[in-house]
Amino acid sequence: MSLLNLENVTLRFGGLTAVDRLSFSVEKGEVFAIVGPNGAGKSTVFNLISRFYDPAEGSITFDGHDLLKSKPSGVAAYGVARTFQNIELFEHATVLQNLLVGRHRHRRSNLVSEIFFTPAVRKQEIQNRHYVEEIIDFLDLQPYRDKMIAGLPYGVRKVVEVGRALATDPKLLLLDEPASGLSVEETTDMRWWIDDIRRQMGITVLMVEHDMGLVSGVSDRVLAMADGAELALGTPQQVQSHPAVIEAYLGASA
Amino acid sequence: MRIIFKTDYMQDIRPWKDGYQLSLYLILLALAVAAPFLLDAFYLGELNNVLIWAIAGMGLMILTGHTGQASLGHAAFLALGCYSNIILMESGVPFMLAFPIAGIITGLVGVLIAIPALRLHGVYLAIATLALSILADDIIVLTAEWTGGVGGKYAPPVNVFGYNIDRWGTPDAFYWLTLGVAVIVTLGYINLLRAPLGRSFIAVRDSEVSAQAMGVDVARTKAISFGLSCMVTGWAGALMGLFAGAFNNETFSIIISIELLMMIVIGGLGSIHGAFLGAMVIGFLPQFLSLSKEWIGALTGTTISLPGMEFGVFGMILIAFILFEPMGMYGRWLKIRTYFELFPFYRKDMFKRQKSYLKTERLR
Ligand SMILES: Nc1ncnc2c1ncn2[C@@H]1O[C@H](COP(=O)(O)OP(=O)(O)OP(=O)(O)O)[C@@H](O)[C@H]1O
Ligand SMILES: [Mg+2]
Repeated sequence: MSLLNLENVTLRFGGLTAVDRLSFSVEKGEVFAIVGPNGAGKSTVFNLISRFYDPAEGSITFDGHDLLKSKPSGVAAYGVARTFQNIELFEHATVLQNLLVGRHRHRRSNLVSEIFFTPAVRKQEIQNRHYVEEIIDFLDLQPYRDKMIAGLPYGVRKVVEVGRALATDPKLLLLDEPASGLSVEETTDMRWWIDDIRRQMGITVLMVEHDMGLVSGVSDRVLAMADGAELALGTPQQVQSHPAVIEAYLGASA
Repeated sequence: MRIIFKTDYMQDIRPWKDGYQLSLYLILLALAVAAPFLLDAFYLGELNNVLIWAIAGMGLMILTGHTGQASLGHAAFLALGCYSNIILMESGVPFMLAFPIAGIITGLVGVLIAIPALRLHGVYLAIATLALSILADDIIVLTAEWTGGVGGKYAPPVNVFGYNIDRWGTPDAFYWLTLGVAVIVTLGYINLLRAPLGRSFIAVRDSEVSAQAMGVDVARTKAISFGLSCMVTGWAGALMGLFAGAFNNETFSIIISIELLMMIVIGGLGSIHGAFLGAMVIGFLPQFLSLSKEWIGALTGTTISLPGMEFGVFGMILIAFILFEPMGMYGRWLKIRTYFELFPFYRKDMFKRQKSYLKTERLR
């Protein structure tokens, strides 16, 4: 059974059909990329999975759960983490605090035990910090650990956001344009990180990305979209040479 | 310049950075405990008032400073805490029980109000809570049977383990009672901030969408924050009532709500320090103004009387802070401290926020 399954999903914003009868599934352990021209509906697919929007039709299941029955906060509880195209960090908190929020879904303490900071809460905090420190090491974030997000350079924020998503210990990681706005070196780093996330951590990755170098470098399968619908699905090479994809890109740039 | 090497997770979990910082706070606490021996009755009363405002400030700080929800209705919760404490005491509940229960009642009412109110955002929430402040006045008058309405009520004597505590008779004991409540609330607040719930408050404040994506239930988190905020505000209200001795429907007016909000903005949103610093401003400003009036009067040989001057000056301080130091007094203090800690390596743009991208309302 696939890890994530979208079937015939349609979403309309007024008269605009942002996602049009889209079906695809992501298998456990793969890196699956979604590509397509601006406005194709890629981020909207992520927002549907995050349950920010209700689809007009279709079904979305994850790991045996019907996501459409869950609240937005419940999606993370099943093990889906994500980043945002425009970076949505907690600006007035430190990098460490941002990553610690990622541990929220593993919270076992409650209001009363936290107010008294009982030994159980202390133990949980130590575990959370242990987990987060490993991510900080993995992503080379040590220099920024205690810095406020407001004031950090763009490239670092992008990495912090990936770190925060990893801190949730997800089964599926959604990355919305992880390399956009990054320098060539930063993009290379991101590429190795995505590789390690899949290979070492065993996390399935679904990403939206415009950088075709990165896409063909890390992904097993690629879905090309235009106007909310599927254009082509296959290996990076198959999709890049697909006539409909070439036309969509040339059409979009012309 | 101090450099701290971190070798153990507890160093980040502990509320103090190092032994030096801990000893500073312990000295401050010792001074606070010794205040009745150091100050005369008048200044002790002023300090007591500041502490009560600081507790109220912490109450609002939880909601506004840490969860990002502005409220212009917190005077209503001061009133609720005050009246429930007094009514409980009058019906024979001992103070040591009536006081905590008054806060809990206020907190529960807060949660009930929060569930519909917190669906509103920003200025709409502020307007809704403003209505609450106005409503509270009417409700107190309508329920005159219990609240005494316009005629008001007198605070009954407080008895703690057989010992009588009274603002006028035993000001020292009343001060220590307030200090005790302030310390307990502060400790609980510190604990919350280093635990998952406190971080989820901050998450909701800074980005509701990504808080959700991290598994934080935004509506629930806001309701809990509102409840805690109201509980602490209720305790502050109960103390205010006992401190004032007499109160009626006009004691907890909308002006108090506004002052409370201004106070935490001036003190510094998003820090416990801010509640205390703001309370000092609000507590000592009237004193300072009347002293300056005397000085100016003595210098120029005239008498100045400007009705509403206090509030006006307060407003101007607020505007100055919003324009020049949005992080409040605590933010300014952090900068001064960093300057000395890094001396002579401080750079002028050290705290400058980088505007590195444009954020739109739309999710992309
Ligand atoms: N909240 C919204 N309300 C109305 N229209 C929206 C909304 N969100 C997205 N759209 C529209 O839906 C379409 C798909 O948008 P989406 O953000 O998913 O595109 P995208 O493929 O991620 O593009 P990009 O590469 O620019 O990020 C666009 O036409 C966009 O204008
Ligand atoms: Mg997009």
